Amino acid sequence: MTRYFTPRGWTMLIACAVVVFAVFPVLNLVVPETSAFHLSAFWVTLFGKIMCYAIVAVAMDLIWGYAGILSLGHGLFFALGGYAFGMYLMRQIGADGQYRMNMPDFMVFLDWKTFPWHWTGSEHFWWAVFLVLVVPGLLAFVFGYFAFRSRVKGVYFSIITQALTFAAMLLFFRNNTGFGGNNGFTDFKRILDIPITTPETRMALFAITGAALIGTLLLGRFIVTSKFGRVLSAIRDAETRVMFCGYDTVHYKLFVWTLSAVLCAIAGALYVPQVGIINPSEMSPANSIEIAIWVAVGGRGTLAGPILGAFLVNGGKSVFTQYFPEFWLYLLGLVFILVTLFLPAGVAGLLDKWKRKSP
Amino acid sequence: MKRDAPPVPPVDRDAPRPWPWWPPARSPEAVAAATAAAQPSSDASFGSVVDGTLDVRHGPVLYLDGITVSFDGFRALNALTLTIDAGELRCVIGPNGAGKTTMMDVITGKTRPDTGTAYFGQTIDLTRLTENQIAHAGIGRKFQKPTIFERHTVFENLELSMKADKRVRKTLFARLSSEERDRIATTLAQIRLTDAADRQAGLLSHGQKQWLEIGMLLMQEPKLLLLDEPVAGMSDDETERTAELFLSLAGTHSLVVVEHDMKFVETIAKKVTVLHEGSVLAEGSLAEVQADPRVVEVYLGR
Amino acid sequence: MRALLQGLALLCVVLASPVHAVEPALAQRIAAGDNDEKVAVLAKIVAAADPKDIPFLKALAEGTVTVDGKPVEVTVNNRLRKEIDGAIAALKLVDPDHDTRLAAAKELSNGAEPSVLPAVRKALAVEKDAEIQGLLASIAASLGIRAGDKAERLAAIKTLGSSNSPTSRALLTELKDEPDLEIRAAAQRALKEVEGRLAWAERAGLLFAGISLGSILLLAALGLAITYGLMGVINMAHGELIMIGAYTTYLVQNLFRAHFPGAFDAYLLFAVPSAFLASMLVGMALERCVVRFLYGRPLETLLATWGISLMLIQTVRTIFGAQNVQVENPSWMSGGLEILSGVVLPYSRIVIIAFAVAVLAGIGLLLAKTRLGLFVRGVTQNRAMASCVGVPTARVDLWAFGLGSGLAGLAGCALSQIGNVGPDLGQSYIVDSFLVVVLGGVGQLAGTVLAALGLGIMNKLLETWAGAVIAKIVVLVFIILFIQKRPQGLFAMKGRSVES
Repeated sequence: MTRYFTPRGWTMLIACAVVVFAVFPVLNLVVPETSAFHLSAFWVTLFGKIMCYAIVAVAMDLIWGYAGILSLGHGLFFALGGYAFGMYLMRQIGADGQYRMNMPDFMVFLDWKTFPWHWTGSEHFWWAVFLVLVVPGLLAFVFGYFAFRSRVKGVYFSIITQALTFAAMLLFFRNNTGFGGNNGFTDFKRILDIPITTPETRMALFAITGAALIGTLLLGRFIVTSKFGRVLSAIRDAETRVMFCGYDTVHYKLFVWTLSAVLCAIAGALYVPQVGIINPSEMSPANSIEIAIWVAVGGRGTLAGPILGAFLVNGGKSVFTQYFPEFWLYLLGLVFILVTLFLPAGVAGLLDKWKRKSP
Repeated sequence: MKRDAPPVPPVDRDAPRPWPWWPPARSPEAVAAATAAAQPSSDASFGSVVDGTLDVRHGPVLYLDGITVSFDGFRALNALTLTIDAGELRCVIGPNGAGKTTMMDVITGKTRPDTGTAYFGQTIDLTRLTENQIAHAGIGRKFQKPTIFERHTVFENLELSMKADKRVRKTLFARLSSEERDRIATTLAQIRLTDAADRQAGLLSHGQKQWLEIGMLLMQEPKLLLLDEPVAGMSDDETERTAELFLSLAGTHSLVVVEHDMKFVETIAKKVTVLHEGSVLAEGSLAEVQADPRVVEVYLGR
Repeated sequence: MRALLQGLALLCVVLASPVHAVEPALAQRIAAGDNDEKVAVLAKIVAAADPKDIPFLKALAEGTVTVDGKPVEVTVNNRLRKEIDGAIAALKLVDPDHDTRLAAAKELSNGAEPSVLPAVRKALAVEKDAEIQGLLASIAASLGIRAGDKAERLAAIKTLGSSNSPTSRALLTELKDEPDLEIRAAAQRALKEVEGRLAWAERAGLLFAGISLGSILLLAALGLAITYGLMGVINMAHGELIMIGAYTTYLVQNLFRAHFPGAFDAYLLFAVPSAFLASMLVGMALERCVVRFLYGRPLETLLATWGISLMLIQTVRTIFGAQNVQVENPSWMSGGLEILSGVVLPYSRIVIIAFAVAVLAGIGLLLAKTRLGLFVRGVTQNRAMASCVGVPTARVDLWAFGLGSGLAGLAGCALSQIGNVGPDLGQSYIVDSFLVVVLGGVGQLAGTVLAALGLGIMNKLLETWAGAVIAKIVVLVFIILFIQKRPQGLFAMKGRSVES
């Protein structure tokens, strides 16, 4: 089981780090725009976005690939992280909104005079960071506590997580909830008082996301190669036996579930300033199921697989929605079916097979 | 377990309970009982819930008294009363549906009895603990169908079941010490799987899987072993060795063996209990129960 | 040419109209007097209660009256206009035509000026039709509580007290500052009676709404209760099978409109079986091509069927467009049953409740009495054993899945009658219907029924005081807490079969 990061794996990881921290910045910032090698802002944003998705995919893999719990509500944690950080970004707009008031436009539009209670302190960066970590973590903890304690498993759990994110989406669609209703948050201007759309800021966010992804990967590696990881996969395969061995499986599941939610929230918080918008549709059940397919395509139960899957599916989505928008859903649907029917171990499993055939 | 444990205070069911960081898997009472039971153990070696308090001064390691379990009107156990002495090797036989597996479910916390009490030693109330707490208290169980971690190696199977601090934080940072490696190696030799240590457990033969599960049980260092049809699917040679193993364990451990293989029962059993329709029909040596006309009727019919 | 002729005819009518019954003196006063004077004259006209005065009043409302054969301009302000409208309606109350009288009475019961009271009483005295009589009595009462002597007012209050309309409540409430203590007390008593009855009406309406929502949930979830509850297949494309049923209904409707417009009201008779068949065929194809390879792997089934649902949605979008399509109710389903004033039970909803009951009875019989039902129950309890005794398990799976899918089609047909039909129709029901099955307990039709009704009623009750979204969230929290107590749902089998 401990075959993650062979020397070759480490080389790959370092190569990726070089791409993120050296190649991208140089091509984007140093190489002049006229040059053929210049990397446009579009690509930086796209890759930054997909790296956020990759973090989510790794988080999903920890809970699904290793612990065997399929969550159909991870989009909720992602969006909550995004909203928590988005509040800060909205406050940073200051009086530069359309109405020139020191308040987010949607609040002016709704004729609110004061900030709702949950916006208290949202102008402070560190409070936003705190919220990003704590709110989704707490929600996941409480939800997981009730669900795992009553031994809700398998499909039951999946359905209830789906209902959870669905309910949250309805809640956030309401104007009265205080998160901008349908439109959500957008038109960000600054982050830490630095203009958000400059190439330098964009590159910095990109690099931070890259670092977060590598950090997630290393954390994931630490977990799955520890005894904890072996207990986790044992729970996936034979939970009763694990209990009769004396492990309190509720604690194990709750830990990895909460951790996974927090990782998603971090990804969401990094996603919002790069993409520049967050709205309730991020919480739609369809989005959460899509996360599962990134993991399935890449190969669950491996760490590099989900990252690969996130890049493949989202890269494909970018291409298709641009050139053949009407075919994207067909293709995505087909991917869902084919991967589950013919590629249970995902692309990673396929590569593994090839490697073993031709050593 | 020679140490004199102080009497355990009665559990106050209504006592307010502090909010636990890691929540209990079952009722508040279970936690209260577990913590109450854990308190007197000054030498609790790994902070487990109830280890070190097994009190067998009065002989029996397991008391079942008036246990009744019904599923939708069907009584799987009907006022079952059974006592196992410390160090005893007991065989339990009975026709299908007699309640053998349900009895094990009750002892290991998988099924809650409708009425009746189940005590492990003098002090540990099994009806209030969860499966993992019971496992910690020192009861190990082998299932009828071998349940092992098929996708882990044999070595990892033993590592996971080894007696250790099994809380989340400790498991995250756990490293195998050399003593622990030695213990695993010893058990591997005992169950004759040394050569297969790095094989995936799912690839073992049926008999080997049975042995691996027994090995996992031994790694848990339980006081009481519950074994559901341990020799099913084993060759004669393997069965013989299993019998030897069980006999060597008796004395230091208590064993309850459910088995249909009468030849095997004959080799190991001193005392046999016959279950029928959820309660004890007869008890005694194998010869005695075989001579009992009621037992003959149950097994052969009229 | 034709327009010109019509214009000429109209002109003749207008020229002929000045022959009216209003005395020239009164007309003179209307033309010359101030507003108070005009109102007084109107009251006189109303008191005369001659329908022949209506054209004169209509002309007055337009701003011209004919005095001595010459048209005279009259300024009509808002107050006057109201009075004139009331007067016209009051005169219509004695029109010989039944429908005209009814319409006038309805108009007046929405709010009338006190000046029409005499006309109303006069009309009430000669009215024969019970419906109009009732309306008139309530108008007279609502006007009478303020006008006339004490005895008359008390009588009016008593009449209002025995009525059920929210307007009587408003009128009685207005009397709470009445200086006359006796009248005030009588009003209070009457108010209490009305409020009590109205509360019951509201409760009944709420209950009906809850049962109606429950029946819809039940229809949507029944198919799932078969495929997921009995077979253990988690079919995320269930919502899209519902959608296919709805679109099939749409197609059948179009077919009838184009080729048999005379029989349009009967199109549902064909839509119901067509929707069932269409969804069943799609479902069976789905089972053959995908689901059967995934039996026993619920999470994989979930993902694969989700993929199918995406493809179905896109297919429908390509064929029918992303916009909602119009499905029209047959005429016998429009309108509603008014159990009390203000509480209307739409026929469409009643029909759907009845339909749900019928479908439930049908499926219950099918499972309990037929060979397929026996096989399905056998296979779900012990697949290996059923196969050993010669049950063709693969074929049973196919038909059972087809049955569940067909039920989804029926749900779609029902939904098309009360809501929008669009490509996303299924998505909005899938979460709810899964919750119903989860709450009801797997493999239990009775549980599904109870859960559907319970969730429907609970949702509607919560909606009244917390709004729809909060209601949904509360229901979800309730379900999560509920499965703490009963992890297997409402009606779960307890037993050893739940071996992990």
